[in-house]
Amino acid sequence: MMRERIRVRGQVQGVGFRPFVYRLAGEAGLNGWVRNDSHGVLLEVQGDPAVIGKLAERLFSEAPPLARIDHLERCPVPLQGEQGGFTIHESERGAADTAVTPDAATCPACLAELFDPADRRYQYPFTNCTHCGPRYTITRAIPYDRSNTTMAAFPLCETCGREYRDPLDRRFHAQPNACPVCGPSLELYDAAGCRQNGDPIAATLARLKRGDVVAIKGLGGFHLACNARDREAVARLRCRKGREAKPLAVMAANAESLAGCVEWTEAEKALLTGSERPIVLLRKRSNTDSELAGCAPGVGWLGAMLPCTPIHYLLFHEAAGRPVDGAWLQAPWELLLVMTSANPGGEPLVIDNDEALRRLSGIADAWLMHDRPIAVRCDDSVMRVDAGGPAFIRRARGFTPQAISLPHTGPSTLAVGGYFKNTVCLTRGSEAFVSQHIGQLDSPANRDFLAEVVDHLCDVLRIRPEQVVHDRHDDLPGSQWAADYINRTGVKRVEVQHHHAHIAAVAAEHGVADRPLLGLALDGVGAGDDGTAWGGELLRVEAGGYRRFGHLSTLPLPGGDRAAREPWRMGAAVLHRLGRGEAIPARFEASAAGPIAEMLQRDVNCPETSSMGRWFDAAAGLLGVCPVMNYEGEAPMLLEGLAERHGAVAPLSDGFRLESGTLDLLPLLAELADIGDAGFGAALFHATLAEGLAAWAAAAADAEGIAEIVFGGGCFLNRTLSTGLRERLSDTGLRVLEARRLPPNDGGLSLGQAWVAIQQATVKERSDAGDRRT
Amino acid sequence: LTHGSGGRAMAQLIDELFLKAFDNPLLRQLNDQAAFDVPAGRMVMATDSHVVTPLFFPGGDIGSLAVHGTVNDVAMSGARPLYLAAGFILEEGFPLGDLKRIVESMAAAAEEAGVAIVTGDTKVVEQGKGDGVFINTTGFGVVPPGIDISGNRARPGDRILVNGTLGDHGVAIMSQRENLSFGTGIESDSVALHGLVAAMVETVPNLHCLRDPTRGGLAATLNELAQQSAVGMRIEESSLPLREGVRGACEFLGLDPLYVANEGKLVAICAAEDAEPLLEAMREHPLGREAAIIGEVQEDPNHFVQMQTAFGGMRMVDWISGEQLPRIC
Ligand SMILES: [Fe+3]
Ligand SMILES: [Mg+2]
Ligand SMILES: [Zn+2]
Ligand SMILES: [Zn+2]
Repeated sequence: MMRERIRVRGQVQGVGFRPFVYRLAGEAGLNGWVRNDSHGVLLEVQGDPAVIGKLAERLFSEAPPLARIDHLERCPVPLQGEQGGFTIHESERGAADTAVTPDAATCPACLAELFDPADRRYQYPFTNCTHCGPRYTITRAIPYDRSNTTMAAFPLCETCGREYRDPLDRRFHAQPNACPVCGPSLELYDAAGCRQNGDPIAATLARLKRGDVVAIKGLGGFHLACNARDREAVARLRCRKGREAKPLAVMAANAESLAGCVEWTEAEKALLTGSERPIVLLRKRSNTDSELAGCAPGVGWLGAMLPCTPIHYLLFHEAAGRPVDGAWLQAPWELLLVMTSANPGGEPLVIDNDEALRRLSGIADAWLMHDRPIAVRCDDSVMRVDAGGPAFIRRARGFTPQAISLPHTGPSTLAVGGYFKNTVCLTRGSEAFVSQHIGQLDSPANRDFLAEVVDHLCDVLRIRPEQVVHDRHDDLPGSQWAADYINRTGVKRVEVQHHHAHIAAVAAEHGVADRPLLGLALDGVGAGDDGTAWGGELLRVEAGGYRRFGHLSTLPLPGGDRAAREPWRMGAAVLHRLGRGEAIPARFEASAAGPIAEMLQRDVNCPETSSMGRWFDAAAGLLGVCPVMNYEGEAPMLLEGLAERHGAVAPLSDGFRLESGTLDLLPLLAELADIGDAGFGAALFHATLAEGLAAWAAAAADAEGIAEIVFGGGCFLNRTLSTGLRERLSDTGLRVLEARRLPPNDGGLSLGQAWVAIQQATVKERSDAGDRRT
Repeated sequence: LTHGSGGRAMAQLIDELFLKAFDNPLLRQLNDQAAFDVPAGRMVMATDSHVVTPLFFPGGDIGSLAVHGTVNDVAMSGARPLYLAAGFILEEGFPLGDLKRIVESMAAAAEEAGVAIVTGDTKVVEQGKGDGVFINTTGFGVVPPGIDISGNRARPGDRILVNGTLGDHGVAIMSQRENLSFGTGIESDSVALHGLVAAMVETVPNLHCLRDPTRGGLAATLNELAQQSAVGMRIEESSLPLREGVRGACEFLGLDPLYVANEGKLVAICAAEDAEPLLEAMREHPLGREAAIIGEVQEDPNHFVQMQTAFGGMRMVDWISGEQLPRIC
């Protein structure tokens, strides 16, 4: 007989962990108690040592679906008499009580009830339990309990209340627990805001089938949906949303329903079906563009996701003819729905019902809405899988507010990111909380959203930042917002260089604190320390500082930022650099070709940049692939698609020059300038680029005596490039660290900024302490 | 032009040049200062140093600019400008012919504006220590009683007006300096605005704000006013007056016309009910024919300046600190 105290850390609150422990202890006949506290879950068990050992094992092996155990600690404590079985202690209402977890897709047990005509929750669109359902997006404040969520307006009925209070029930303390008697309800509205009679699911499906665009209220915001197989409906949605060419994501009942249009691997299927339910980029088949015309034109990938709430499941269930047994969930179905975020004009997602009617008027034909408010905007996450595993393109729903563990603690830090694809990061001890995707900060609404996210995160995490970090570029909205915040609050200001932050973000998630790393930042532009625009950098990163080892040779940006939207301008810049400027006017059709040639010749508003992204644009421009971009990243995405379709080619010999730390790609671009076959050109560009970058990085690794290299920056979203480079560098014996828990692009910038600032603060602390000692 | 003690004859030559060109009774007294009577009202003073490359550009030169710039700064208080003082810093070796041209143009601009250049000073610096010529001008004027125009008077609901097309000056200067063929035909808008201001104040004595959007363009001016008045502003892209040539040149150059300098433009802010009469008064004046109501003042704790784009979205009109350093990552 012995007694043990067990401490469990990780994502163990609000996920049914205490009832799980209660059940295990009961089954094992152990006495004791379990409770939540500010560190996670704490339990004491008394009984046979072997039985206790077995229980500790089962805590790991049978943990509830949404739980994640980071750390488990056991220590013996004195035996206690008078054991009255095992009890769940109410949490102490103290600091950081019950943590908020990410939203999760409907679990199998809830699905079974949803489609069981005999169940009291048959076809109830708000079915959830401790293992699934809304979390972060309904949470207004902590502690996480019903009164602090948007479920506060729905008092539990007697039956739901019983479930809620029964430790052996799947719905024990499930805050959003609901049923048709007491919970929210679903309604369909027309453009006039009139509620439609009849079954809202059936009516919505009918509208989708006849080509309507329907706004559907999801977890973190509204989607705009239409029939993905209806070419005209897709075109209509694009036209109304003002989204000409950017790929649209598609929702299917299950992976099997996607098999006809895209290929998926087991790893991709696992990601698709995971409870986070991200959009996963899947390789298109040759027939994808004819089957799903207009969904993802030109690019090699289709973004796909599976239903994340009962509402979405019910639409597919309806389309399948309301089958009564669960087999339909694994069968392929014809219906595929375009599901695109309802964020007109690039502004924040629509979350409110009235707002939806207003902001989506003229875009949607009907609104499928309910009366459970969304407290927090949270867009869909977007991911893909490569040889190194899953990677983010956008991190939001299903993942925020999950913490990323930093290698060590530091002052509470708020990092505000940059400009595009913005996120913010808040740290508490050694935990870093990166916000959901906020988006482009060029609209006032998105800046308000940023402020809203900072406030909300500070509230629910109970953080008071001691320092605020922003990009070195003073004219980025993030920097301006930070300056304002600092003025208001008087907290310490830290500036971090853009590409340093990109590398630091990846170093942070890999837990590297104590050794120098080589960082390869391949990116758009970011302000460099010398006042020029960087973006293709090799950095030696160490202890919160860095040194610029080398960079890509520079190209002029004719017209500054304008050149980043018009790849033909970068093509012209290369011709100019090659001494072939006189060919510019004849080569490019744009009426601006003459003026641009003149600007290049006279060096008027042609700032130089070492940006990798602009070299991609230049290649696209010279190959005539995408003279002007419709959306950010279009040119490199099309280029990658072309290279993939063409297949691998050998790198161009002498395609690059390496000189004193600088990688010059001009010889490669000179070749591209005279290649007529865009597919071959794209393949040659990717192959030679990987070769050149690998040679460059290997030389730097050698010179610095560092065997670990970090990939950071938006260009690593390019799978062909990152795969090619990873393979080459691994072959030379280098260890490659990549962004896996955040996107490599500016979506991860805030984490890197925070980590640099924390390192600087702790380095300073240590040296101050050293000074005092001596 | 020579410099140093040997330049006595030269100094005299310059003095004569100025005296002749700017001739007026006060200057003729040859004192180190000008003394004059002041009419009733509040006195206004403004100073501006003018540095521009090239010195001569389509639509003007540094001389006329030095008059217009300071006259306009005085006029933006609603004042009638009366006198100017001028300080010249000349670089050794600067061609006398060019100086003569500049001084004469300055005299003509002053005459046209009805202000007298009543005192001045000249220094010559060594070669390489100047850029041909710098001109500082200080202006004096008087605000009629009852006028209270100030950057902190914008109120939510007020309307924002401009008197004409944006960006002409900046684009003209750039085209000339860089010898760009596609900018030819664009002239600087450099002009003295106090006549227009007088007409505006007469129609709407309760004008709230006036400012000339010079360096940093309309964007900088609106942000300044928003900060000063602790309000937000919202303008409409489709209502901004823009010359086709300027629009095109800005597109090539990757410049945003909102940030390009003007030298003959003003931003006016007035109560909503005064907007239409004010617009009419402006349009009746030769310098306000293309005047437009471009937006309105709104409540905003962030003091944002935002623009409804031609596509219907809202965009921030940021306060940019310096050059338009690339920002697209
Ligand atoms: Fe970046
Ligand atoms: Mg001025
Ligand atoms: Zn469930
Ligand atoms: Zn109920």
